[in-house]
Amino acid sequence: MIQVRDLHKQFHSLQVLKGISLTVEKGKVVVVIGPSGSGKTTLLRCLNALEVPTSGTVQIGDVKLDFSQKPDRSRIPLLRRQTGMVFQSYNLFPHMTALQNVMEGPVTVKKEDPRKVQTKASAILAKVGLADKLDHYPAQLSGGQQQRVGIARALAMDPQVMLFDEPTSALDPELVGEVLKVMKELAQEGMTMIVVTHEMSFARDVADEVIFMDQGVIVEQGPPEQIFRKSREERTRQFLQHLQVRD
Amino acid sequence: MFPNNLFENPDRLNRLIDIAQSSFLPLVKGALLYSITIALVSFAVGLIIAVLTALARISGIRPLVLIARIYVSIIRGTPLLVQLFIIFYGLPSLGLRIDPIPSAIIGFSLSVGAYSSEVIRAAILSIPKGQWEAAYSIGMSYTQALRRVILPQATRVSIPPLSNSFISLVKDTSLAAAITVPEMFRKAQEIVASTYEPMLLYIEAALIYWVICFLLSILQDRIEIRLDRYV
Repeated sequence: MIQVRDLHKQFHSLQVLKGISLTVEKGKVVVVIGPSGSGKTTLLRCLNALEVPTSGTVQIGDVKLDFSQKPDRSRIPLLRRQTGMVFQSYNLFPHMTALQNVMEGPVTVKKEDPRKVQTKASAILAKVGLADKLDHYPAQLSGGQQQRVGIARALAMDPQVMLFDEPTSALDPELVGEVLKVMKELAQEGMTMIVVTHEMSFARDVADEVIFMDQGVIVEQGPPEQIFRKSREERTRQFLQHLQVRD
Repeated sequence: MFPNNLFENPDRLNRLIDIAQSSFLPLVKGALLYSITIALVSFAVGLIIAVLTALARISGIRPLVLIARIYVSIIRGTPLLVQLFIIFYGLPSLGLRIDPIPSAIIGFSLSVGAYSSEVIRAAILSIPKGQWEAAYSIGMSYTQALRRVILPQATRVSIPPLSNSFISLVKDTSLAAAITVPEMFRKAQEIVASTYEPMLLYIEAALIYWVICFLLSILQDRIEIRLDRYV
């Protein structure tokens, strides 16, 4: 489903990604953890070319982009159509209602019939528990509700893969659960997901694979039991220990 | 002592009231047919120029940025009255003869385009980067993101300064009198020429401008309230 080969990303003189290779099978949930500045968010943003990688290839579904050559910019929207992105700060369109936010992609990008899209968008919003908030503007919703609209907006495009960039980091603690619940349900339905998060319980319970990144490289990857209990790398253990102290 | 003093000379007072009354309709007609119409058309054309200029400046494409900057610099750095004279009195010597009203519309549109481009540029830049990214992440192209996500929000930000520009423009249309457009101020000048009552006519014209601008500022408040409903 996803194949990343030798991905590099450089901001001016700063090397953020130093050769990332990664394969994700269809239906798998991959959780990326690591200290801030480790490049995990950049990796996620490179997968849908919100950051254009300096070199390397990204393949999602049938769309493959080789950034080592001069990237063909016209193919970037194709890559983005394969992915749905959920942002830390939701980034809902504030001038549109929840329903309009979710309908926007299918209607404007895919040119689908608005009446059919409305039915579908309402169903997706009902699925994330917002059936009664269709006509609310983002400013009228709580953070948790906004983030669920964000998930619904991404789902409406029928992505092959869902990318989550610290989806609960901006939320008040009591609102984290409602968002994680929706994400768990998605995982159970077989959605392929890559999740950057600090929610270790989510990683433990839901991930098929956990990736620990530090300083632009993948230090260690494996099933959650291995990473959390029998980590082979000192840096991984240090990072996890640090988290537990903070909890 | 003061043979012209209104209060000692009822005939003169009556004459002034007569002139004020008979000139009112021609002045309002000049305002509606020319001042406001020219302002509306110029503003619409000017806004299109302004958006394109703002996008050119933001594009980061060297030649586009340069053209936009030169245009804004020339228009902002020269008086509007001089620009109108160049278009109407100057261009004919190059064989390009433009009628008064189109000349006025060209001059005012270029002026609105330059000044408002800065407003619109600032408004577009004030929209958080995350809005572009969210639009791109659902597969939108640059133009789709701009049209559906960025400009609607930038519009809200730019309504107050753009309303000020429009109100200024309505008043600036009086400059078109100098290139023979029969708008309200020119009408007032013509009536002065036949009645020799400059104070009366120019105060009357000023009052009509003021009423128009007052109504426009009420309209501005309405629009702002309407656009604020989702924040």
